[in-house]
Amino acid sequence: MTQNIETPLHDIAHSRAGDKGNRVNLSLMPYDPAHYALLAEQVTAEKVLALFRHRGATGCKRYDLPLLHAFNFVIDDVLEGGVNGSLNLDGHGKSHSFRLLAMTIEVPKALLNRP
Amino acid sequence: MSDLFLVGNGAGFSGDRVDAPIPVMRSLIKRGLPAAMFFECLGERTVALAQLERRRDPEAGYEPMLERLLEPILADAARAGIPILGNFGAANPLAAARAIARLAKRLGLPELRIGLVTGDDVSASIDLDSLAVHEADTGLDMSSWKLVSANAYIGAAPLAEALAAGAQIVVAGRTSDPALAIAPLMHHFGWAEDDWQALAVGAATGHLLECGSQVTGGVFWDPGFKDIPDPANIGFPIAEVGRDLSLLITKPEDTGGIVDMRTIKEQLLYEVHDPACYITPDVTLDITGAHLSNHGRDRVAVHGLRGARRPDLLKVTACYEGSWLGEGEISVAGPNALARAKATADVLLERVKRRGLARRARADLIGVASVHDSDDGALWRGYDGPAPQDIRIRLAVEATTRDDADQASREALALLCCGTAGTSGARWRVTPRILTRSFLVPRDQVPTETRVLPTREWN
Repeated sequence: MTQNIETPLHDIAHSRAGDKGNRVNLSLMPYDPAHYALLAEQVTAEKVLALFRHRGATGCKRYDLPLLHAFNFVIDDVLEGGVNGSLNLDGHGKSHSFRLLAMTIEVPKALLNRP
Repeated sequence: MSDLFLVGNGAGFSGDRVDAPIPVMRSLIKRGLPAAMFFECLGERTVALAQLERRRDPEAGYEPMLERLLEPILADAARAGIPILGNFGAANPLAAARAIARLAKRLGLPELRIGLVTGDDVSASIDLDSLAVHEADTGLDMSSWKLVSANAYIGAAPLAEALAAGAQIVVAGRTSDPALAIAPLMHHFGWAEDDWQALAVGAATGHLLECGSQVTGGVFWDPGFKDIPDPANIGFPIAEVGRDLSLLITKPEDTGGIVDMRTIKEQLLYEVHDPACYITPDVTLDITGAHLSNHGRDRVAVHGLRGARRPDLLKVTACYEGSWLGEGEISVAGPNALARAKATADVLLERVKRRGLARRARADLIGVASVHDSDDGALWRGYDGPAPQDIRIRLAVEATTRDDADQASREALALLCCGTAGTSGARWRVTPRILTRSFLVPRDQVPTETRVLPTREWN
């Protein structure tokens, strides 16, 4: 039987945040391409939107780039006014890549090659 | 003409490391191939802040680090025939050209050909009120805001024109970021303005390089997970572009940082929304077919880029001033710090409310929750984790007048006596706020002008 281990995304993937107006984009790439399908299944646009609901985010769209083994999440209205309008220290929202990476996913033990 | 052209980057924003261009220029010269170097110095608001500087001093309003960035490389670049391009003109490209002329004179380069591209400033020529808003900061009443700047993102053609006229350095104001890389490629390879496939490779080159170290290890390193060599000396990027439209990203040999598939992927998707449709004034770039290959240490090639027709309209970003940001901070530490911090935050918000100082106010508990939190403090109010021992409380307000913002921020100072036990370390500041809106305008409403003159003729 396959055993699953709950793992923070940060252990198996990396991400970068960018902004445009009141939107943020978050890229997400597994270190190991073998984890791409796992992320595609579990890191849905709905789940990512839920991470930013407390800030009034209104929508999230996921773009899949299978050739690069990458995803791009675009989250609307998440910057509480955008880089210029926000009262947040991080008006750009560049720290949000690590909010995404704190999300946990279920990884089959066989796919987790921990040192 | 050679089959390979090198494009180096010397800055990714206004505020970047000023010694970064030196190893890049050294590497370009050492390799002996046709090359150019560009500096990207303009964020969304940078032009507006520069415009405010220019109002204070008519000879200011360009990149404040201009001379510091160029002095160590300008003479070598001129000698090696490596042109430099930059949007370091910001709100005052003419003053920047004069500053470069003074620097060139001091460096013994009286014949340096300095190119100036203008036309991006449309604040006087286009009636913005007649246009529909394309993108805007949301939820704000901007009726009383005053226009500070309005600049169109211009494309590569006028920059390439300056190179064709023999410019050894080209100074511009607002350009699209990728245009600074597309222009020298267009000039060198003779790309047509509608060669979408070639321009796509140029746009990707610019996009990957425009943030400087972000493709060579900057905003990438994550100790223990994504380590990079010598983060205090990250080498800025160099692209190798072939006549056959090959594209490879690398960096100077004698520097820190890293170029690998991970850094390329992160930067390729940076600030991208629909990956099939990354719009620049010169071409619409599609990276959905992109894939990468390794070619030795710090060398990664990018394949499968596709281009489509450029947009008919140019983006104009307008900046407005009108309100003030007031910030006040103070610290607590040790036993019961969390309770003292929460009480302090509530008292600051209550004081601002009682005195009617702010349109909007927010409190952060730095060390508990801040940058990921919301204006109503949902994360720190709901925090139930281990008790932090050292917390900084931050108040931020948007106020109508400078005085209100100042008074609000000084509420943090007042806590030195009125605050909870052991409250200390107050700091407060007031900053004018700049808001932006963007519009789309037909190209023919943004005529550009290109001038190229030797050092001695810029006065």
